[in-house]
Amino acid sequence: MGGYSALRLLREGLRDQRGWRPAWRSPKLRKAYDIVIVGAGGHGLATAYYLARNHGITDVAVLEKGWLGGGNTGRNTTVIRSNYYYPESCALYDLSLRLYEGLSRELNYNVMFSRRGMMILHHSEHEREIAARTVNAMRLNGVDAELLDRDEVRARAPLLNFGEDARHPILGAVWQERAGTGRHDAVAWGYARAADRLGVEIVQNCEVTGFIVEGGTCKGVETSLGPVRAGRVGMAVAGHSSHLAAMAGFRLPLTSYALQAFVSEPLKPMLDCVVASPAHGVYISQSDKGGLVMGGALDRVPTYGQRGNLPVQEDVLGGLVDCFPAIARVGLLRQWAGIVDVSPDSSPILGPSPLPGLYLNCGWGTGGFKAIPAGGLLFAHILAQGAHHPISAPFDLTRFERGRLIDEGAASGIAH
Amino acid sequence: MLLLECPYCGVMADETELAPGGEAHVARRGPEASEEEFEAYLFERKNPRGVHFERWRHVMGCGKWFHAARDTVTLEVFATYPAQMQAPPEEVLAAIRSKRPGWEGWP
Ligand SMILES: Cc1cc2nc3c(=O)[nH]c(=O)nc-3n(C[C@H](O)[C@H](O)[C@H](O)COP(=O)(O)OP(=O)(O)OC[C@H]3O[C@@H](n4cnc5c(N)ncnc54)[C@H](O)[C@@H]3O)c2cc1C
Ligand SMILES: [Zn+2]
Repeated sequence: MGGYSALRLLREGLRDQRGWRPAWRSPKLRKAYDIVIVGAGGHGLATAYYLARNHGITDVAVLEKGWLGGGNTGRNTTVIRSNYYYPESCALYDLSLRLYEGLSRELNYNVMFSRRGMMILHHSEHEREIAARTVNAMRLNGVDAELLDRDEVRARAPLLNFGEDARHPILGAVWQERAGTGRHDAVAWGYARAADRLGVEIVQNCEVTGFIVEGGTCKGVETSLGPVRAGRVGMAVAGHSSHLAAMAGFRLPLTSYALQAFVSEPLKPMLDCVVASPAHGVYISQSDKGGLVMGGALDRVPTYGQRGNLPVQEDVLGGLVDCFPAIARVGLLRQWAGIVDVSPDSSPILGPSPLPGLYLNCGWGTGGFKAIPAGGLLFAHILAQGAHHPISAPFDLTRFERGRLIDEGAASGIAH
Repeated sequence: MLLLECPYCGVMADETELAPGGEAHVARRGPEASEEEFEAYLFERKNPRGVHFERWRHVMGCGKWFHAARDTVTLEVFATYPAQMQAPPEEVLAAIRSKRPGWEGWP
C-alpha cells in the first residue's frame, strides 16, 4: 500500500489505474482488544488514529453498525471554525482548527480544507453590540476575529440582500478569516486509512447491542457478531448516545434531533466564503463542484428518523431566499438529515461515564465536524491515560451536577 | 408535518400551530432533593429511540399545555391527553401496546 502523491497519480494514470489497493483492511472481529471504540464516525476514527500515533496503543478496534463515515460525519455541511465565546471552547475548537491546517499532510490524504473565511451576519443595533462583544472575546482568547461593516460585507458577498425592503437589513458581520470548509468523507476516510496502517482494526457492519459489566465495571461490549472484551471502551455514537447509555444503565443530558441540509444544482462561482445569518436561522457556502450547501435550524421535536420535516425546510429555504434573492429559482439536488445529540449548554461531553471503564465522546450536536481532530486527540488521551487532558477537563459530564456549564448556546448564540 | 389533536379544543392542529415542550412527566424535585436528583430533574432525559411522552402547547389556539405519545423513529403520534396527569393514562398505554407489541412499557 503506497502513499498518495502526484507522482503516484501520474503512474497509475499511465497503468490504467490498476495499481490502487483498498485504503483499509476488512478484518474479522477478534475476541478481545486493549481498547474498543464504538462508532466509526470522524470522532471514533480520529480517536483510534491518535491512540496509535500519540500513545503507541495499536490493539484497538473501531466497531461500526453501518459503514464508516455513514453517520453525521458523512452528512454534515463541513463548516470548520473556532468563533466561540468562552476560553474553554476556544481552546478546544482552535486546537481543532490548527490540526485541520496540517491534516492533509499528516494523514497523506487530501481533506480539502479550504480556509475561505466565514461571516456571521448581524441585522440590528442590538445584534451588532453582541457581535462586537464576541469579536473582543475571541481576540482575548487568541482567536482571529474582525468586525465588518455593511460595505465590507457587500465587498465579500455582493449577492446578499442589501435592499431597503430586506426583511432583516444587513448591518455587518463577525468575520473569521481562518474558518472554512473541508471534505467530510475525506476526513473519515483519511483517518480510517491512517489508523488502519498503524494496526487499528475497523470492523464495519458490527452493531453494539449491550455492554459486558463485571463487578460494576465495563469489560467489553456485546455485538451483532458476538461478545468482545476490552480494557477500556469508548463510545462516539453522536445521536445514538442516549440509546447506548440506556444499555449501560444511565441517562445523559442529551436530546436527539434531526438536522437537515440541502445542496443545489451546480452553479458558476457566486460565493467564496461561508455566510451564516442567525436572524434568518440559515447558513450557506458553495462547494468546489458549484453546489450551494445550505442548512439551518434543528427540527423541532426529538427524532431518530434521518429524514427531516417540512416546516423546518420551509423556514430554512425561505430564509435563504431572503438572504440571497438571486437563488430563488435554483433547483435543489438533494435534501437529507442526520441525528445530532444536543446538550443543554451546546457544548460536548468528554471523559468518564457513570459506568467505570466506559468513556464518553458525545454532545457535539450540530457542530462536531470542525472538532473531529481535537475530539479524537483528546479522547485518545483520555482512553490511554484514564484521565483528562487539560483542554478536555472542563467538558466532563460532572459539569451538570456542579452547575459549571459552558453555555455556548447562550453566549455565542449559534447552534452550529 | 405532524398533526396532533388538542385534547381541550378538539382541533386537529398542524405542528406549526403548536410549540413543543420537551419530555413529559419529569418529576419535579423538592427542597429535600440531593444534588444528583436535582441534576437528573434539570438535565437528564430518557431521549428514547421509539415511544416518547412529550409536552406540547397549543400556542396558536387555546394556549393550553397538553401531552402526546409519539414514536421518535416513525414520527407516528399514538395519542394526545390532558396535562393534568402524572403518568400516561391506561387507554394511551393500550393504544401504544396494540401498535408496538414489543414495547418495554411505561415508565
Ligand atoms: C445536516 C448536518 C449538518 C452539519 N453541519 C456541520 C458543520 O457545518 N460543521 C460542523 O462542525 N458540524 C456539523 N454537523 C455536526 C457534525 O456532523 C457532527 O457533530 C459530527 O460529525 C459527529 O461526529 P461523530 O463521529 O461523533 O458521529 P457520527 O459521524 O454520527 O458517527 C457515529 C457512528 O456511530 C455509529 N453507531 C451508532 N450506534 C451504534 C452502535 N450501536 N454500534 C455501532 N456503531 C454505532 C453510527 O452508525 C455512526 O457511524 C452537522 C450535522 C448534520 C446532521
Ligand atoms: Zn387547544
